[in-house]
Amino acid sequence: MNDLLSTVDWSRGQFALTAIVHWLFVPLTIGLSLIVAIMESVWLRTRSEKWKRLTKFWMLMFGINFACGVATGIILEFEFGTNWSNYSWFVGDIFGAPLAIEGIAAFFLESTFIAVMFFGWKRVSPRFHLAATWLTAVGVCLSAYWILVANAWMQSPVGMEFDPAQMRNVMVSFADVALSPVAVNKFFHAVFSGWVLGAAFVIGVSCWFLRRRNNREFARKSMTVAALVGLAGIVLTMWTGDGSAVQVARVQPMKLAAMEGLYDGEIGQSLVGFGILDPSKERTDSKNPMLMEISIPKGLSILANHDPNTFVPGINDLIEGKSLTPDGKVVNTVSYAERIEAGKRAQEALRRYDAAARANDSAAMAAANEDLKADFRYFGYGYLDNPDEAVPPVALTFYSFRVMVMGGGYLLLFFIAVLFLVYRKPEHIGNKWMIFFGLLTIPVVWLVSESGWIVAEMGRQPWVIEGLLPTRAAVSAIPASSVQLTFWMFAVVFFGLLAAEISIMCREISKASRKDILAGE
Amino acid sequence: MPHQDKHNPSGTSPDGFFRRVVDLYAGGFREMTVGRRLWAIILIKLAVMFLVFKLFFFPDRLREEYDNDADRARAVRSELMNPR
Repeated sequence: MNDLLSTVDWSRGQFALTAIVHWLFVPLTIGLSLIVAIMESVWLRTRSEKWKRLTKFWMLMFGINFACGVATGIILEFEFGTNWSNYSWFVGDIFGAPLAIEGIAAFFLESTFIAVMFFGWKRVSPRFHLAATWLTAVGVCLSAYWILVANAWMQSPVGMEFDPAQMRNVMVSFADVALSPVAVNKFFHAVFSGWVLGAAFVIGVSCWFLRRRNNREFARKSMTVAALVGLAGIVLTMWTGDGSAVQVARVQPMKLAAMEGLYDGEIGQSLVGFGILDPSKERTDSKNPMLMEISIPKGLSILANHDPNTFVPGINDLIEGKSLTPDGKVVNTVSYAERIEAGKRAQEALRRYDAAARANDSAAMAAANEDLKADFRYFGYGYLDNPDEAVPPVALTFYSFRVMVMGGGYLLLFFIAVLFLVYRKPEHIGNKWMIFFGLLTIPVVWLVSESGWIVAEMGRQPWVIEGLLPTRAAVSAIPASSVQLTFWMFAVVFFGLLAAEISIMCREISKASRKDILAGE
Repeated sequence: MPHQDKHNPSGTSPDGFFRRVVDLYAGGFREMTVGRRLWAIILIKLAVMFLVFKLFFFPDRLREEYDNDADRARAVRSELMNPR
């Protein structure tokens, strides 16, 4: 048992580390690709050499980041096959189809047009070059879409039927998987957040130039485009964040309860704007889960249901299977005890199916399959011994959500302030506070971006596939020591490469900051 | 960043689509500056991942330990039916 837990924990830790490293690069690729495309569009329209030089500098940053990020996602696929073999088999072609499309279509689109972007300035027409730049930005988003379709399915498994003969989920509706509301919302939320990160990066680097008191016009032009993209991005991120909350309330209410540290829900449930959890709080005691909080009245009911007079269930309500109508009538939902029972029935049906298959008894196989189908949606609950095991890590989910949302609020104010400066007070863009906040926002935006993924993934625990497969059942039967070894190997190799890659970017920024970029030095 | 193509200083395109594509890539790679270092890192990263990690440390467990999909399904069924 201890070795299982170690295998699970090391496998989770390794996947988390590799995913976090991967996500250092992806949103910047998304954001910079759009910003560069906009800048090149301005150049084509104005034919100003200054805009061309501006575009080429940020294109270089895009290129460095893209190269650094290359293949950081591949290691995640290696881990599926080695550390998560039960999971990778169980998901069947649900994962395979989106990842195959991502690899074939989006990657080749990006690679082809990235070559034109970098090599084609003097070899193709300006219009073709601009088209290639925009198509690169599109290709980046296409890549993101298919990965997010796969992740959305983990959060809300739809469009499939489980085949006990193959032990795999078989896709029965590509549209249900590819166009699930969870996937569509997640995609736009990730893309818009990429715009925000890219914009914050451009502003931050521009502030570095201003710190050296040169390239002022370069900085102002860059900050103008970036602040416009950033402001649009953060507003749209907030809008899709609202959409995410509605989806989470619908398909993962336990995640929403953990995000809010909510144990006992109410009609017209308030939203915690800022709060500190009581670490001694146990689920079944009557203590207030918060040591302190600043709440928005009815905020969570509005966020989750777009109706201030609706009930939002807490952790205890979900476990007990209790809901309330707006007029206060108690309605029974499926309690977690009932889900566990159903899950155990499903697993028993699978055992009967297996026994019937070994005995070549088709009738018994068919009967067992029918029983399995009836309870399959709670299959994963059969692994749980008590409902408490179905509660995500509340503190981690709660605080990560707060970092994300409060960081988002800060970024909204930041982009408004930058826009105000560049349009109304351009003489002050070199102000020491602008430079301070511009540089500070670079790590802040990355922290906010990574926090969002922590909410998504840790809030889904104990599930790797919501309701169908808990994380601890998904791991391979391999010793923890082998996972520990690859964990440390990856950490050493990739952090070494990361240091080299970041040093290249910093060197190019530093080199450029010593010249007059717009004069073509 | 790309420089002026010294092999084609007048900037006129070679005949033929495929020749232009080859010229795009060949000329572009030839003229790389920062790109050379980045490509070195990319190639090192890919070599470490595929020739070291994948080959020695990240086998596809089900593909290596079982010969066919039926056996793989049986193995997964056994593990999922008998949770540890």
